[in-house]
Amino acid sequence: MSDAMLNEKVEATKGKMVMNQIPADIVGESPLHHADLETLASRGQGQGGVHLKEKSLQGLLILRAKPDEVQLAEIESVLGVALPTTPLTSEEKAGEKGDISVRWVSPDEWFIVVPATVAFQLESDFQTSVSGHYSLVNVSSGYTILQLSGDNVVDVLKKSTPIDVHPSVFPIGKVVSSVFAKSGAMMLRRTGDNAFELIIRRSFADYIWLWLQDASMEYGLVIEA
Amino acid sequence: MLHIYCPHCGESRDEEEFHPVGQAHIERPKDPDACSDKEWGEFLYFRRNPRGLHHELWVHAAGCRKFFNMTRNTQTYEIKEVYKLGEQPSVVAE
Repeated sequence: MSDAMLNEKVEATKGKMVMNQIPADIVGESPLHHADLETLASRGQGQGGVHLKEKSLQGLLILRAKPDEVQLAEIESVLGVALPTTPLTSEEKAGEKGDISVRWVSPDEWFIVVPATVAFQLESDFQTSVSGHYSLVNVSSGYTILQLSGDNVVDVLKKSTPIDVHPSVFPIGKVVSSVFAKSGAMMLRRTGDNAFELIIRRSFADYIWLWLQDASMEYGLVIEA
Repeated sequence: MLHIYCPHCGESRDEEEFHPVGQAHIERPKDPDACSDKEWGEFLYFRRNPRGLHHELWVHAAGCRKFFNMTRNTQTYEIKEVYKLGEQPSVVAE
């Protein structure tokens, strides 16, 4: 690339120095592409104690900051929801462009889930509207989301993680990072009475897919597309 | 299996989620060039190995990935106290 072209490119991106990592003209591929969940779902078992659905190709961002009150307000105005500063909590809101979910990871780290089409806009908005020191990284390609529900979902979770998921200590909206079936990173969040959401690393997706099939075999596994 | 309270998550979790990092409160010599070999060697390699109360550094590896200190009895495995980095232990060996 010549200097002139490079300068032109730098000028064009001034003020929003972020790259769109999920361009609309490239079709993404889920880490469970090979499992062909859609075909499995169309065959349909109909009944079973555990329902699995992959919420693939979402926009996933990791925000790191130690926000003061000014920055907290700026971040809230960009996201549309307040940053959950209480440990192990999450905030979500349905928006015009799609739902946004913000999850507490550690005292200075949050995980943001938005539709893939919104992620780049959100990054750009952060560039223009949020002052001070922070880091916002697009990690969409590194993770995938699995939604587990059904009457026996708690039984499957009991086999997989040391976390106590009883409603008395694990209310709706609570989010934890822990170990899941010996694999390293995961985030578990209760989204309903018998519904959980699991964020797993891309490289562990196939292993966890195999694990979940095995762990839910005795209850019956229903794939949803 | 230890049941460990993470001061950052505000919740007790299984030992499986944590990693021990070693002795806590090890201070790096302010001016390494002025150290004798003995002082530097002791900073790098020599650790306490007490029978009884021990101050240790732990990390919540699978959770919030933050470090914290723990006062633990190496003989009975009893955890006396958990406190954040920069804080001083309130339970100390006599």
